[in-house]
Amino acid sequence: MADNETRPRRKAPLSETSEWNFDLIALYDREIARIAHERFGLDTFPNQIEVISSEQMMDAYSSVGMPVGYNHWSFGKQFVEVENLYRRGQMGLAYEIVINSNPCIAYLMEENTMPMQALVIAHACYGHNSFFKGNYLFRTWTDASAIIDYLVFARHYIAECEERHGVNAVEQMLDSCHALMNYGVDRYKRPYPISAETERNRQQEREASLQKQVSELWKTFPEMQPDIRRRQPTQRYPSEPQENLLYFIEKNAPLLEPWQREIVRIVRKMAQYFYPQRQTKVMNEGWATFWHYTLLHEMYDEGLVTEGFMLEFLQNHAQVVYQPPFDSPMYSGINPYALGFAMFRDLRRICEAPTEEDNIWFPEIAGSDWLSTLKFAMQSFKDESFIQQFLSPKVIRDLKLFAVLDDDAETHLEIRAIHNERGYQQVRQLLSEQYNLSIHEPNIQVYEAAVRGDRSLTLQHVRQDRRPLARDKAADVLRHLHRLWQFDVHLESVEDGRVLERLSIPAAAPEDADPA
Amino acid sequence: MSFIVDRRLNGKNKSTVNRQRFLERYREHIRDAVDTAVNQRSIRDMERGERIIIPRKDLSEPQFHHGHGGRRSVVHPGNREFQQGDTIARPPGGGGGGGGDQASDQGEGLDDFAFELDPGEFLNFLFEGLALPNLVKRQLLGDTHSRIVHGGIVSQGNPSKINIVRSMRQASMRRRALSAAARRRLRDLQSEYDALLEQEQTIARQARLGELKEQIERLERRIKGIPYLDTVDLRYNHTVRQPIPMTRAVMFCIMDVSGSMSQEMKDLAKRFFLLLYLFLQRNYQYTEVVFVRHHTSAREVDEEEFFYSRETGGTIVSSALRLTADIIRERYPEDRWNIYAAQASDGDNWNDDSPACTRILQEELLPKMQYFSYIEIMPRRHQALWNSYMQLQQSMPGVFALQQIEGPGDIYPVFRELFRKRLEEH
Repeated sequence: MADNETRPRRKAPLSETSEWNFDLIALYDREIARIAHERFGLDTFPNQIEVISSEQMMDAYSSVGMPVGYNHWSFGKQFVEVENLYRRGQMGLAYEIVINSNPCIAYLMEENTMPMQALVIAHACYGHNSFFKGNYLFRTWTDASAIIDYLVFARHYIAECEERHGVNAVEQMLDSCHALMNYGVDRYKRPYPISAETERNRQQEREASLQKQVSELWKTFPEMQPDIRRRQPTQRYPSEPQENLLYFIEKNAPLLEPWQREIVRIVRKMAQYFYPQRQTKVMNEGWATFWHYTLLHEMYDEGLVTEGFMLEFLQNHAQVVYQPPFDSPMYSGINPYALGFAMFRDLRRICEAPTEEDNIWFPEIAGSDWLSTLKFAMQSFKDESFIQQFLSPKVIRDLKLFAVLDDDAETHLEIRAIHNERGYQQVRQLLSEQYNLSIHEPNIQVYEAAVRGDRSLTLQHVRQDRRPLARDKAADVLRHLHRLWQFDVHLESVEDGRVLERLSIPAAAPEDADPA
Repeated sequence: MSFIVDRRLNGKNKSTVNRQRFLERYREHIRDAVDTAVNQRSIRDMERGERIIIPRKDLSEPQFHHGHGGRRSVVHPGNREFQQGDTIARPPGGGGGGGGDQASDQGEGLDDFAFELDPGEFLNFLFEGLALPNLVKRQLLGDTHSRIVHGGIVSQGNPSKINIVRSMRQASMRRRALSAAARRRLRDLQSEYDALLEQEQTIARQARLGELKEQIERLERRIKGIPYLDTVDLRYNHTVRQPIPMTRAVMFCIMDVSGSMSQEMKDLAKRFFLLLYLFLQRNYQYTEVVFVRHHTSAREVDEEEFFYSRETGGTIVSSALRLTADIIRERYPEDRWNIYAAQASDGDNWNDDSPACTRILQEELLPKMQYFSYIEIMPRRHQALWNSYMQLQQSMPGVFALQQIEGPGDIYPVFRELFRKRLEEH
C-alpha cells in the first residue's frame, strides 16, 4: 500500500452539506470510479445509476429487484408486506438494490443523504458490480448482457399466455413452478446463455418439436397385461437420477401443453439466474462492504469528504455490519455483511501484517500483495469454499463463533467447538457446511418416471444425518408437482439405501383405481 | 463510465397489478375479515381501512425444507460462557440452539400475515355486488356545494389570471382596426408614388413625388404610433362557481326498545343499521341519520341513547311510524331528500296496531320513500306484524322488503339479500 508521503496534498471536499443533487452524484461517482479503477484496479461493468422514490423502491423490492417481471400474486404479497412494514416504521428500506446486468443497474433512493448516496455508489456500483463481473459463478452461470432482454421476453410471453389461456391457468402453472424453483437449477453443467431474440424464435420451434418428442417417449410403452411390468424389471427411466426437477418436467411431463412447458422453462431460467446469488451471499456482501469501507476511507484520506460525512457513513456502516449475539432478541442467524466484511478485512490484514498464527494457518498468502489476494479470493470461490479456505482464527475469535450439535437421539444439545485452539478447524468446517446449499437444502432428485407402467413419477430424498423433510410442506410441494406431472407422484425418503418413508399424491389409492 | 438516470417521474405503481392479484386470490379470507370487522365497529366508524389478517400457512408458497429431527450442527456467534463439550438443555420449540437460521423457515407458521386494506378497498369488499334500489333523486342544493369551472374570458380580472394568447390576439385586432384606414391610404399613395417613379421625371412630378413622400412618412408614423399592447386588450380567464347537483339521503333507524327486545337483539339491529348507513354513504354525498325508538310511544334520540339506554313497556309500532312521517313532513321534504328507513323489531306488537302500521306505511311513508326495510329479530315463529307486512310487500315489492334475522351470522347475508343487485332494475 502506498505510504502517505507520496500522496497528493489534501484536496477540497466535494461537498459540505448532506444535500445531494445530480451534479454531486456524478462528481462523487467520478471520484469513486477513479479510486476504484485506477488505484485498486477493480474491473466493473458500466453503471446505470437510477434515482428512485421510496414507493418505487418498494416496487423494486417486491419484484426481487428486477426492473421488469411477469405478474404474479406472490409479488403482490411481497409488496403488501413490505409496504405494510415500511408504513408502520418497522422496517427501513434497504439503501440500494443492484442488478446483475450489463450495464449494472443500481437504485438510489431520493430520501438518502449525500453520504448515504456515496456509500451506496461505492457499495453497489463498484463493490457488487466488480463481484458480478469477476466471480466465477456469475461468469459461468449468468449472462449479464442478456438478462433484461430475457425478462422482457418472459413478461410478454406470460402476458400472452394469460390472454390466450386465462389468468388462472397461468397462475396455477406459476405457483407450481415456483414451489419447485429451488430444484430448477443445474449445478454442474453450464446452461445455454439466454438471449431474448433467439429465445423468441427458438421458443416457437421448441413448442412444436418438444410436443412431438414427449409423445414419442410415451408411445414406447407396449400393450401388455397390467401385471407383467412387475415381473419384468426393465431399465429405469431416467437411467441416472436427475437433480433438476423443473428441467425434467419441462422435457418429460406427459400432458403439459407447449405453453406450459415454456412457463416451466422461464421459471427454471430465473432460478438458474439467481442461483449464484444464493451461493455467494456472504462473499458478495462482504466484498461490497469491504469496498465501500475502503473506497470512502480513501476519499477521506484524499480530503474529498469531510469529517461529518465520515461520521454519518461510519454510523451506517456500523449498523450494516453489526452481528447480534446468538442470545439477543435481534438475532436471526449470522449476518452475511458482518461475516463477509470481517473475513475480507482480515484477509487484508493477513497480507499486510501477518502474525505468527497467520504464518501457520495461511502460509501462501501471509505477507503477499493484499489486492491480488483479495481479488483471487473474490473470483474463485463461493461462500462454502471461501469460508473453508479463508476463515481465520482471528475472525472466529472476534465473532466468538461456536458450534452446537443438535441430535434428536440425545436429550441435550452439545457444544462441539468454540473459538479456541482445538475448535478453530471444526468451527470453520461446520460453518462452511452451513453455507453449502446441497446440505442446507434437502437432497431431492427424480428417481423414476414409470414410462412403462402407470406413468407415476418417483422422487427420492436422500437423508443426511437422519434429517427428515418437513412433511406437510413436502406434501404441498408434491401437490404442485402432481399438477405439473398429472399422474401419481411419490416421494421416498431414503437412508442407507432403505426407503424410510413414502409420501404419495394422490394419497395411496387402491391398485385398481388405475386409469384405463 | 456511469449513466445517471432520474427515474422518480416514472410511475410508482408498478406493483398494482400484483397487489390486485393478491387481493383477488385471497378474496375469501379478506371477505371473512371484512365481515368480522363489520360486526365490531361503531356505526359511524367505517371511513377507514381494515387490517386484514391471513394465517400465514394459507399464504405460504411451499418449498421443500428440512423438518425437525436428525442430527445437525449450527454455528452461532457471540459465545460467552460455553466450553467445548458442554451440554445444554434443548430450548423449547426444538430449534437448534437458540433459534438458528432455520427458525425463520419453520417458525413462520405461527405468525399471521397482516396488511391494511385502504378504506375504498374495504368498502368495495363489503358492498360487492350490492345496489341501492330506486337510487335517483338528485337535488340542487344551495350554496355550500359548488365547483369552480371555467367561465369564459372577461376583460377585467387579476393579473394572475391573464390570458396571454387572448390578450395578444385582442391587441392584434385592435392594431389592425385602428390602422386600417391609414394603411389603405398608404397603399394608394405608395402605388401612385411607384407609378410616378416609373414615368419620366418632370418638375411637376418631382413636386408631387415630394408631397407623396411626405404623406407616406406621416402615415407610417401614424401607424407606428398605435400602441402595441393597450390595457383595453387585456383579457382574463374567468372562473365561476357552479352549484353541483347533490344527492343526499336521510336514513331513519327505527327500533323497538320495549321490554321484549334484549340487549343482544339490539346489538343485532345496530349492526344492521350500521351497514345500511355505510352503504348509503357510499351512494350519496351527504347522509343524515335519524334515530327513532319506541315502545308504546316513540321518541327521536341520539345515537348513544338509541343503542344503549333501555326501557320497558309494551309495544305500539305505529307510534314510531307516525313520528317518522312527522319528521319527514317537517324536515325532509321528499322532493329534496332520498329517504330510507330500516325498522328493527322483535315483531311484537299490539294486535290492533298492526293494521294501523300497514296503513301509515302504505299511505304516508312508502310513497315518499326510496326503500323501507324491515328486519325481524326473532328466532322463533313470526308475530303479528310480520303477517301484515307480508301483505304490504306483495302490494309494493319495489320499495318494501322484509327479512328475518336469527343470529349475528344472518345480518350480513340478510343485508346482502335486501340490497342484492336486481337485474330487472338495470
